[in-house]
Amino acid sequence: MSDTHAQSTAFVRETMLPAKPAPVTQTGAVRWLRENLFSGPVNTALTLIGLFFVYTLVTHFYPWFRHSVWNANSMAECRAAITASFGDGATGACWAMIRERWHQFIFGFYPPELYWRPIAVFVLLFVALAPVLFTHLPRILLCFSVVYPLVAIWLLWGGSIWPVTMVAVGFVLGWLMLRLLSGVGSILAIVAAVVVPVLFWVFAVGPLDDALTSVLPLAIEPVASDRFGGFLLAITIGVGGIVMSLPLGVILALGRQSNMFLIKTFSVIFIEFIRGVPLITLLFVASLLLNYFLPPGTNFDIILRVMILVTLFAAAYIAEVIRGGLAALPRGQYEAADALGLDYWKAQRLIILPQALKISIPGIVSTFIGMFKDTTLVTFVGLFDPLKGIPDFIRADFNWKGIYWEPFIFVGTIFFILNFSMSRYSMYLERKLKRDHR
Amino acid sequence: MTEPHFERDIDRSHMQVSDEIAIQINKMNKWYGQFHVLRDIDLTVNRGERIVIAGPSGSGKSTLIRCINRLEEHQSGQIIVDGTELTSDLKNIDKVRSEVGMVFQHFNLFPHLTILENCTLAPIWVRKVPKKEAEETAMHFLEKVKIPEQAHKYPGMLSGGQQQRVAIARSLCMKPRIMLFDEPTSALDPEMIKEVLDTMIELAEEGMTMLCVTHEMGFAQAVANRVIFMDQGQIVEQNNPHDFFHNPQSDRTKLFLSQILGH
Repeated sequence: MSDTHAQSTAFVRETMLPAKPAPVTQTGAVRWLRENLFSGPVNTALTLIGLFFVYTLVTHFYPWFRHSVWNANSMAECRAAITASFGDGATGACWAMIRERWHQFIFGFYPPELYWRPIAVFVLLFVALAPVLFTHLPRILLCFSVVYPLVAIWLLWGGSIWPVTMVAVGFVLGWLMLRLLSGVGSILAIVAAVVVPVLFWVFAVGPLDDALTSVLPLAIEPVASDRFGGFLLAITIGVGGIVMSLPLGVILALGRQSNMFLIKTFSVIFIEFIRGVPLITLLFVASLLLNYFLPPGTNFDIILRVMILVTLFAAAYIAEVIRGGLAALPRGQYEAADALGLDYWKAQRLIILPQALKISIPGIVSTFIGMFKDTTLVTFVGLFDPLKGIPDFIRADFNWKGIYWEPFIFVGTIFFILNFSMSRYSMYLERKLKRDHR
Repeated sequence: MTEPHFERDIDRSHMQVSDEIAIQINKMNKWYGQFHVLRDIDLTVNRGERIVIAGPSGSGKSTLIRCINRLEEHQSGQIIVDGTELTSDLKNIDKVRSEVGMVFQHFNLFPHLTILENCTLAPIWVRKVPKKEAEETAMHFLEKVKIPEQAHKYPGMLSGGQQQRVAIARSLCMKPRIMLFDEPTSALDPEMIKEVLDTMIELAEEGMTMLCVTHEMGFAQAVANRVIFMDQGQIVEQNNPHDFFHNPQSDRTKLFLSQILGH
């Protein structure tokens, strides 16, 4: 410190202190143990009780797993094998059932010679999802993602290729209407984009289909909906529901925030009604009531009906999750978008929704996971879900009568793997979209 | 009374006020529910004018400039901006908004977009400017506010003063004819206020029509050609800065000035 400073000021810092590394006691395993498990008498006691609890669970279940039998043709053979190896009274898991019947858990009653079709659909699902989930992949791949749903429907249910093509043509017509008429008037364009495809599907598809089939009968073997079951059914309904419920949920959330009275009221009533009713009620509506409202003789596929109601159910929840995200955005974001002259839709698409959806990711993924697990409820409308429908069917076989835990563990594990992946992906996405202080 | 001052030479060569009217407000009233926020506001702003609006908090000064680009709706009277009257017609509102730039107290940058994307978004989507051209314009204005090197960062990584300068650049990218500033320096640390004010002075030197709600009386003294004092939703006094600060007429103005400049 110089003399001049010493006379006029009490203290002047002339060199800034460099940062030092943290003390060693702040790191290391011992430190962690002491801090987290044994920081005081109460915590030490709780740790010991916890350890005892884990020990009891493991010693209880471990023998059952250790006595697993993989080769047997019936429950009786399983029991005999366990008794032979481990003595009287020993219990064990009979995984032989899974080994014999795994294909029913996965495919239900889908014809075995056609298993390649659902497998192809499943593999292509990842091809279609990749560009959506990982934005650094080339954008051209999105073209496949767009046509994938129709390809998947055709491969799964089979039959002539023409009806599916007609559906696609309808969408293209709608898109053309939107493009051609948007210059004339935006409302006219939207109306035309809805009406023209519907008219096309109602009136033109029948004759066109007949004509095209007579010229070029391109078809693969059809598979009826009652042959679907197990994870094929759960994933079909789950993925369909996820893909359709997100856009619907966004529209409902915006509708609920809208200034227009009718749109707002409709959205509120829809969301509150769907959230107020158990999913099983909606599934019964799908299986029983819906047919009363349709013209007699229409055969509206049961899986499609269930998928639509599961979608509506999930959409109501997603709408509320996204409303939370919209509410979390500062008012200034709306004002800045307005002040720059962006209209409502551009402001929503470019400014509001990207941020609101990002905030809502954990909630949206929770809803998806919940919905995917809820697909097992389709057992109540007579479909063969993997958790109850298929195991009950297998237990009805005299050979596997009395098997109980194994199907639950097997199916539970697969559900866990699928849902855990969704959860991890959502965390990856949150990290990737983090924008501050990087 | 201490005199407000600003340590900078100001080039007044382009600061000419033309006869052309940029904003005309006639007998404008606004209520929030039962609360009468703005009462019979009459204001004419000529092109090239630099107006500072001062007043105690709650006097309606922010509400007034927010009415000019219809972030707030007025209930009676007329607001005509650049020859377009603001009514509930959405086309007119969007037209006015794309001609009028606005800078907010809390910057309101879009945190999910880079600085460059913040600046090019409106030109691309509202003005339909090709992306490359919009980026060139954006870089031009970012250089003008002296932060071109931050173009590819996100707003969350910038300091408050830098963010506010980006917000000014973002507005300028729309090539507005009028700029509104709503307390642009109130949320900033003292060290950063100067860099934002410098940017605003440069804009004034180029002849931009500016309406600025601020407590920076030094800025008002140096740049404004008119200071408007508001209280309780009314314009209490307006004058050129010299007379406004040296010879205030109303008691309310005198009290306000003594409180804001007295220490």
